[in-house]
Amino acid sequence: MKWSWIPDHAGDLVTITLLHLRMTGTAVFFGLLVALPLGLLAYRVPRLKSVVLGVSSLLFTIPSVALFTLLLPLTGLTPTTVVVGLTVYTLVVLVRNTVEGLESVPPKVAEAARAMGYDRVRTLVTVELPLALPVIMAGLRIATVMTISLVSVGLVIGQGALGQLFVDGFQRDFGVPIIAGIVITLLLALVADALLVGVQRVLTPWHRTGR
Amino acid sequence: MISFDAVNKRFDDGTTAVHELDLEVPEGEITVLVGSSGCGKTTTLRMVNRMLDATSGVIRIDGRDVREIAGSTLRRDIGYVIQQSGLFPHRTVADNIATVPKLLGWDKKRVRDRVEELMATVGLAADLGRRYPHQLSGGQQQRVGVARALAADPPILLMDEPFGAVDPVVRALLQDELLRLQAELRKTIVFVTHDIDEAVKLGDRIAVFRTGGHLVQFSTPAQLLTHPVDEFVADFLGAERGLKLLSLATLEDVPVRPTTTAREADESGGDEWVLVLSDQDTPLGWRSSSDRALIPAHGLSGGDSLLAGLDATVSSPTGLAVRVDAAGRYVGVSDQRAINESATRFRSEVLVP
Amino acid sequence: MGELFAEILRWFTTGEHWSGPDGVPAQVGTHLVYSVVATVIAALIALPIGLLIGHTGRGAFLAINLSGFGRALPSFGVVILAFQLSGLSLVPIYLALVLLAVPVMVTNTYAGMAAVDHDVRDAARGVGLTGWQVLWQVEVPLAFPLILAGVRIATIQVVATATIAAYLGFGGLGRYVFDGLAQRDLAQALAGAVLLAVVAIALDQALRALQKPLTPRGLRRSNR
Repeated sequence: MKWSWIPDHAGDLVTITLLHLRMTGTAVFFGLLVALPLGLLAYRVPRLKSVVLGVSSLLFTIPSVALFTLLLPLTGLTPTTVVVGLTVYTLVVLVRNTVEGLESVPPKVAEAARAMGYDRVRTLVTVELPLALPVIMAGLRIATVMTISLVSVGLVIGQGALGQLFVDGFQRDFGVPIIAGIVITLLLALVADALLVGVQRVLTPWHRTGR
Repeated sequence: MISFDAVNKRFDDGTTAVHELDLEVPEGEITVLVGSSGCGKTTTLRMVNRMLDATSGVIRIDGRDVREIAGSTLRRDIGYVIQQSGLFPHRTVADNIATVPKLLGWDKKRVRDRVEELMATVGLAADLGRRYPHQLSGGQQQRVGVARALAADPPILLMDEPFGAVDPVVRALLQDELLRLQAELRKTIVFVTHDIDEAVKLGDRIAVFRTGGHLVQFSTPAQLLTHPVDEFVADFLGAERGLKLLSLATLEDVPVRPTTTAREADESGGDEWVLVLSDQDTPLGWRSSSDRALIPAHGLSGGDSLLAGLDATVSSPTGLAVRVDAAGRYVGVSDQRAINESATRFRSEVLVP
Repeated sequence: MGELFAEILRWFTTGEHWSGPDGVPAQVGTHLVYSVVATVIAALIALPIGLLIGHTGRGAFLAINLSGFGRALPSFGVVILAFQLSGLSLVPIYLALVLLAVPVMVTNTYAGMAAVDHDVRDAARGVGLTGWQVLWQVEVPLAFPLILAGVRIATIQVVATATIAAYLGFGGLGRYVFDGLAQRDLAQALAGAVLLAVVAIALDQALRALQKPLTPRGLRRSNR
């Protein structure tokens, strides 16, 4: 196997890795942006909860190849199609974890806050959300790692970022780009996950002493 | 009989749970292991049925080293009851109770009969057999736990804080029933608790453990209360040692004398307090002419404790404890002095071993 | 848009798309065979591992983190690599699908075992059940809902990944998507996507429906 392919294409690899990251970041960002308010709403309105979670799990079941293809009439063979599709999956994971996180807050704690004179919004923002953070962050980690690996499915419509390396290797019957794509994807996932663990430790200092 | 001979238990993390334990658990009695958390009492219990194995030393049941017997075989002959009962949530109450008989290969009819019998023994309605554990109250679950432990009629019963998770009223009830069952069954029971009152109430013998797995005292409740071996045991027994002692003696020998009684319908005469009795002669309460309201009085029988008698005299407006026979019919009253004299006599009997 | 919709509808109502070796029933069948064979083999590997780790408590770290690794693996890359390295046949595709399905089943099986109440396990041992009896009579029934959930998630994942078989020249529901895209026949690609989504959702619902009757009755808290 000609491993020299990798240094020879270092510049290209960096470019598509950055593209891969940008697509992941955009999907996770928009996913989070929609998921948080939707999760709060579902938590507050029990009747909405079953609908939101039901639709979510239905969407999650749709294979990514199918979802990307179904988005084609709207956004065409562009990176946007992949990003929109991945946003949907991110959203599903994050909504579920936001609701679960809020539900994991001991009712007595929220009650105590209210008893001391916090109104609903203040209780939500300063007590319930911070306490739900570990579960929400766990969802964010899952969503991020999952998105990093799913971007490559975009190869179906020619927009797989690192996934294009798989196509390249397959068409030229050459394993090195495929291996490079897999390894870089795994490394990205590992680093992103470690970073998010760090963020979580900073955001939830009360958990550090609790072990 | 269960005997511990120089038993030590050290865990992998280096902590010593049990230290050089020598103990003989007498047959047919309730032996209570008591102490604060981390004193090794539960570890001691769990070494009997080999849930844990001793690091050194020998534990024998009827002279036989428990380590000669395979753990699961040994355990089928030893009842085991734990806090929260540890019932199998996926099996009905009846199936839970039938666990050991089925392991032992009893035929279906025998198992069914035994389950029915046991449910009655522990005071569970027969129709609960088809329910699942989560459909029962805490007290009921604990009864199922006891029934399951008794299923194969094992000579030994190990109980690890079995009543720790139920409320005080239910706990007292379950304790009374355990004593009633024990009077009938005469099992060798090893009972772990951190509650000294429970230990005094249930134990024929009490073993007090100190942190680090040291057995500090092993004696009858009366000896323990009157002769704590050191400051640690005395502290552990708490402030009301004298009163606890009174809970061990009964009103049996306390003299009874008559008092003025009346029927519910009677008009009372003078200023004196009268004891109002029902038509069946059960005491209802005290009444005086100046105040028509009835102050309830609970009749005590010879089996009740001196402590209960003393409590009755303190809370009665006349300073008298009402006495009844086994059927609950009025026989007379006892005053505080009579109870005190009995208490003094009891104390001196215990003090002179 | 309306026109496209009509075209998709026309695709579905065209008789020849429903018969022969390239027809919808055949491709659905092929896709299900790929998925079921891979999931069953993966379950035969994953469940014993998960049960072993759960029962002994050894290797918990591995069991907990395995699903994260599985999630990070770019599934299409793994399948394409396996196919390309070892012989352009269905066997490496199956191997890759199995590899991708194992982690989540190990993790879920372990999670189910780890969630069994410590007191219940203690009591089971305490009344004299052997290790084997504790496993089969207590731990497995109690862990069953989570084990089954793991199998369900793995199945859906395998169904999604199996589309790549068509990309590599084999059958299955990916056929219509890839052919449609290659031939610039959007209606065919969309029809394939719809079929794929429907099959995945139907399978998921079927497995969910199975979950309830297979859950021990004492664990169905709703019948309180």
